[in-house]
Amino acid sequence: MKLILLFISAAVVNNFVLSYFLGICPFIGVSKKVSSAVSMGMAVTFVMTITAAVTWLIYHLILVPANLEILQYVSFILVISSLVQLVEMFVKKISKPLYDTLGIYLPLITTNCAILGLALFAVLREYNFMESLVYGIGAGAGFSLAIVIMAGIREELELAKVPKPFEGAGITMIVAASLALAFMGFAGLISV
Amino acid sequence: MAKSKTTLRYEFLKGLWDENPILKSLLGLCPVLAVTNSAINGLAMGLATTFVLLSSSIIISSIRNLIPNQVRIPAFIVIIATFVTVADRFLAAFFPLISKDLGPYVPLIVVNCIILGRQEAFSSKNSVFRSIIDSSGMGVGFILVLVALGGFREILGSASLFGVTVLGDWFQPWLVMILPGGAFLGLGIFIGIANWINDRRARA
Repeated sequence: MKLILLFISAAVVNNFVLSYFLGICPFIGVSKKVSSAVSMGMAVTFVMTITAAVTWLIYHLILVPANLEILQYVSFILVISSLVQLVEMFVKKISKPLYDTLGIYLPLITTNCAILGLALFAVLREYNFMESLVYGIGAGAGFSLAIVIMAGIREELELAKVPKPFEGAGITMIVAASLALAFMGFAGLISV
Repeated sequence: MAKSKTTLRYEFLKGLWDENPILKSLLGLCPVLAVTNSAINGLAMGLATTFVLLSSSIIISSIRNLIPNQVRIPAFIVIIATFVTVADRFLAAFFPLISKDLGPYVPLIVVNCIILGRQEAFSSKNSVFRSIIDSSGMGVGFILVLVALGGFREILGSASLFGVTVLGDWFQPWLVMILPGGAFLGLGIFIGIANWINDRRARA
């Protein structure tokens, strides 16, 4: 039960994009079309899940026993970048169609702050292994949800008349503002 | 070096407006949105980011010929992460309250695209001195936007600026401005205004 609540909390109540502002760059950059937003969401969820597990192991099995918590930023970012590289090679070998769908979005995930944020939050809140894993999946699902909704709205926006200075990034931000307000409606769902 | 003709003055000033990292290049938006619920938090975040940007630029531009091209990105990230650890420990030791407010967003400076972007685009190709000028310009541009956005949201959201109440009792604070929605709204308006000013200047 606790894990289910944790999942819902990470996915909608404390949505990574709309309430923690993590992963804004791909959220703005890759939300022009629904199809690419879905691929990006998939890739991020995939990496997030693995990252949550691996960084938990590294932090609790290597850094804490060795009393080296101060190195957590350096080691996490190294782990994430090599992990993304590994995942990319793995996906390429196992499933070519999936690799082609994800395309350039895979390497870009390294610089996605949502991934590092996830690892840091999991440490900060002292989750155990299962909880970190569920948190990772939930955060990924939340990211996918937000980016797909955004892409859907932006496809419609193409047809709307937007004041010229607000075209592109400006209007995207303002749409994101109303999305964030809407997502705040979930806040009463769980008190985590 | 193709850029040697541009003056040092321009290298500094371009960060303030022409190539402002936030309003023009839309880089590093996560901290911009997350910590600007008050002007003081914006300032602290801006200073921390500028410190990391400046120190990593100095190091990277001075060893730019020693780093093999293939591993430059991991090398940059390790250098940046080191300085972020320094900034984080410094804030925690001397400004524990601010450090608590900013929370995990200080370590997240590591993945701030402004910093890696400047290293890749500028410091790894230019001399130490020019890199210092370039990153100070970018840093100042970043701080200005953070403080302006933080102030804007703080005035409307809690009727104060830098913690001092500026609007009287007649003003009902717009709670939404200090909530996540207000961050997106504020930045959207800022980007719109910046584009509008640029349009006007281009036409004039």
